[in-house]
Amino acid sequence: MPDTKPVNAAISITSRFENIELAERVVHDLMVSAGIGEEEIAPVIRALWEGIANAIRHGNGGDPDRRVEIEATVSPALVRVTITDQGAGFDVAAVPDPTAAENLLKPSGRGIFIMRQLMDRVEFSNLSGGGTVLLLERRLGTTQEREHHEV
Amino acid sequence: MKSEVIDREDVRTIKLSGKITIGAGDVTMRELIHAAIDDGKKKILIDLGDVKAVDSSGIGELVAAYTTVAKNGGRLALVHLSPKINDILQVTQLVTVFDIFDDEASALASFS
Repeated sequence: MPDTKPVNAAISITSRFENIELAERVVHDLMVSAGIGEEEIAPVIRALWEGIANAIRHGNGGDPDRRVEIEATVSPALVRVTITDQGAGFDVAAVPDPTAAENLLKPSGRGIFIMRQLMDRVEFSNLSGGGTVLLLERRLGTTQEREHHEV
Repeated sequence: MKSEVIDREDVRTIKLSGKITIGAGDVTMRELIHAAIDDGKKKILIDLGDVKAVDSSGIGELVAAYTTVAKNGGRLALVHLSPKINDILQVTQLVTVFDIFDDEASALASFS
């Protein structure tokens, strides 16, 4: 009988893009240890990548002295990841729709949109003392029903 | 990311492999496009057949490549998209922007 107890891991990285792969490996290995298959791991890793890249570039402004904290919890039914930066926070509602005709040829602004395609819950909250927490959740065991509806 | 540049008559094919992601492949691709323009190329084909992963920055660089080439009076097309890259261009509506081909012969013919 599979173990149903949630497993979790945390990693703190400096704001360098090459460090995203470290967090990717931690969350990937955590999901493997929880018995999750590669098909269900892949979209989580892609969203994680986008979330950390956003935190480094927009949240921390690329300042290598600022850190990004990543925490992941995996249970048989759900994976939850939080990504916390040390930036000034931002208004997610002000992010334009990248699929609108006037934005199609813009070279940036697709990260949050892509995360929303991959995850069931994508929420940003600004911390009172500074910093933004991004919460990502995806239900597990749902790959077949999603098959034709996501990137 | 690795790249290979092949000139056939007036078409420059840029074959990319590996990842086009933030902090790595995105900058390399920008440099390759600017080099093509500096060399006077106006017909540019990007072969994505060996690209394993693209993030939003990589997609942004593809868009920037498209607009840079167009602003210089040229045309850019894509060939050999993996299902994952095709899907991401679908959901971002960018399939309506790019000229996309399944095979190289069709892509090259489109430039003539």
